Amino acid sequence: MRLRVTKRQEPLGWGACLVFFGALAFSLAVSAALLALQGKPAFIGIRLLFEGAFGSRWALEDCLLKAVPIFLCALGVAVAFRLQIWNLGAEGQFALGAIGASWAALTFPALPGSYLLPLMFLAAALAGGLWGLVPAVLKLGLRVNEIIVTLMLNYIGILILEYKVYGAWKDPGSFGFPMTREFPAAAIVGNIGATRLNWGLLVCLGCGAAIALFLDRTRLGYELKASGENIRAARYARLPYGRLVLLVMALSGALAGWAGCLEASGSLHRLQPTIMAGYGYTAIVVAWLARLNPLNIGIAALLLAGLRVGVENLQLDLQVPAAFGQIMEGLILLTVLAGNFFKDYRLRWREPDDA
Amino acid sequence: MRRWLPILLIIALMTAGTLPAAEKELKVGFVYVSPIGDAGWSYAHDLGRQHIAALPGVQTAYVEAVPEGADAERVILNMARKNFDVIFATSFGYMDPMLKVAKQFPKTVFMHCSGFKLHQNMGNYFGRMYQARYLSGMVAGAMTQKKILGYVAAFPIPEVIRGINAFTLGAQAVAPDVQVRVVWTKTWYDPATEKEAAKSLLDVGADVIAQHQDSPGPQEAAQEAGAYAIGYNSDMTAFAPKAHLVAPVWNWGPFYEQIANEVRDGSWKSRSDWYGMEKGIVALSPMTDLVPRTVQDMVLAKKAEIVAGTATVFKGPVSDQTGTLRIAAGESASDEALLGMNWFVQGVVGTTE
Repeated sequence: MRLRVTKRQEPLGWGACLVFFGALAFSLAVSAALLALQGKPAFIGIRLLFEGAFGSRWALEDCLLKAVPIFLCALGVAVAFRLQIWNLGAEGQFALGAIGASWAALTFPALPGSYLLPLMFLAAALAGGLWGLVPAVLKLGLRVNEIIVTLMLNYIGILILEYKVYGAWKDPGSFGFPMTREFPAAAIVGNIGATRLNWGLLVCLGCGAAIALFLDRTRLGYELKASGENIRAARYARLPYGRLVLLVMALSGALAGWAGCLEASGSLHRLQPTIMAGYGYTAIVVAWLARLNPLNIGIAALLLAGLRVGVENLQLDLQVPAAFGQIMEGLILLTVLAGNFFKDYRLRWREPDDA
Repeated sequence: MRRWLPILLIIALMTAGTLPAAEKELKVGFVYVSPIGDAGWSYAHDLGRQHIAALPGVQTAYVEAVPEGADAERVILNMARKNFDVIFATSFGYMDPMLKVAKQFPKTVFMHCSGFKLHQNMGNYFGRMYQARYLSGMVAGAMTQKKILGYVAAFPIPEVIRGINAFTLGAQAVAPDVQVRVVWTKTWYDPATEKEAAKSLLDVGADVIAQHQDSPGPQEAAQEAGAYAIGYNSDMTAFAPKAHLVAPVWNWGPFYEQIANEVRDGSWKSRSDWYGMEKGIVALSPMTDLVPRTVQDMVLAKKAEIVAGTATVFKGPVSDQTGTLRIAAGESASDEALLGMNWFVQGVVGTTE
């Protein structure tokens, strides 16, 4: 009796959900075993993880707050990935967005919030979007591979950010430390009621819904998806491939730019090099976990944020090393992506006489 | 009954960890920027934590590798919510996040290392590492043949610039025509980058490598090239036994003990502590056998003067790279000038940007 792999004819539907949570449960079980190997109480550990991520109002707030930049960046790269444009540059576009927003906040500190905040978002979208357009133009004009250009532009973007905060924008009252002045109150995205969450969450919901509608309900969105499935067929059908590339890269950059804007305005209240926490790279992981679907990206961003927040709780109470969190993250990613195999294929026992 | 046994076991396991402690202990939390296995900055703080964890009635916990910025705020907040009595945050970037949390938890004591902001329940602390750097500079000045010293440095911020200047002044005290070449890595802890940076300095002729980095990468590079190396944070002899001369090191244990005691008996007050070698927060590791006896004696004599307060590191005349006099003859730099130092002394090759 042997195993036989066959391609599924019908999509899995709700079974896909089952596969996802099965994979999640499997990776958590392995993590628990790893905890036990270190001599830590495994069940308590997993419970601490959940408590830290979703177990209280505070935890949920922390988790949502952490998910905001991840979600926006992931949404952006997912749009590009749909067209099979491999934008690995969300990190740099995030940096440029933060620079754009900070430029607006530092140049027009006297403007009232109702003008300044929209101006910051506009500047962030422009800076991030234009940064995203560079690899698109190079790809279309000179056939330069966008994977390399987007990746390299990350380093340049971060260096520009450092150049500004170590130089012209450095707060004279910071004892020489690299940070801008604190933004004026009008440049800070307000909190929702008494929570730690800011209105950036609403921006996320709006962007998520808009992208979902764009992909599913508009002609351009359809053309984008069609071109992504088969570029040559799309060209044959005279779909505007070049314009689509420009569009997705600008959109991708603008969304990452908004994430940068929200981090600077909502979380840090200034620009400083530590704003670069690697969300642009996390976004790539999240986009793939979610199979490029906007709603799923929301769920995946929240789960990954929950994992990162929860692991801190686990660290604090059980004193496990920080690397354990990364191991868990890797495990989950590996099992969930491997689980995707079962969405497209099925395993069957092959009877000896079958062959 | 048998089928319930596993479930009962699970419930027992889950509750075992939540039993209340028998008596009220002082809960002390630490937030580190890098993993404690780095043999560097966070490792040195963690030795301090272990020192107070061994005291009766003190319970400690740490979270390592916490990025500066929004993540730090959450970690500090989580500790405050869990009723920690004192929280030590040991990186500059934790300053603003900690201040935000301090304002929400007036009963918790917050201690921030290497910053400058204060609140009624938030103090800051640091050590005068430049004193030990000066001494390590003397060792380097005595050991160099080519009169070129390499310095692998993290970020162009006052703390690091101050250290480079002190190191250079120390080296010049022994070898007046010595040159200190600086390379910025823009990382605190990245063994590969820091090792490469050290190699680039060795390539331009440096024969002693000093570092303001948390990894022993530069030490390894120096040993491979047959040059000497000066460590940082903790005694790094084990990483490069054939190259390591000495290291300016941190010794946080006594200070953490002092703060823990103050918080326990209620005498703690918000303030800035900037202690030096006289309090033992900053120290010089033992010099290895590579350093000749005469040099060791000379350095130890100077160390005794610094500890006694009869010698100051930043004493005029001191000029910057352009030759402009920055500290007049006979004067000493004020703490304010030291904390905001953003210029190199004459003899340093490199820029502060």
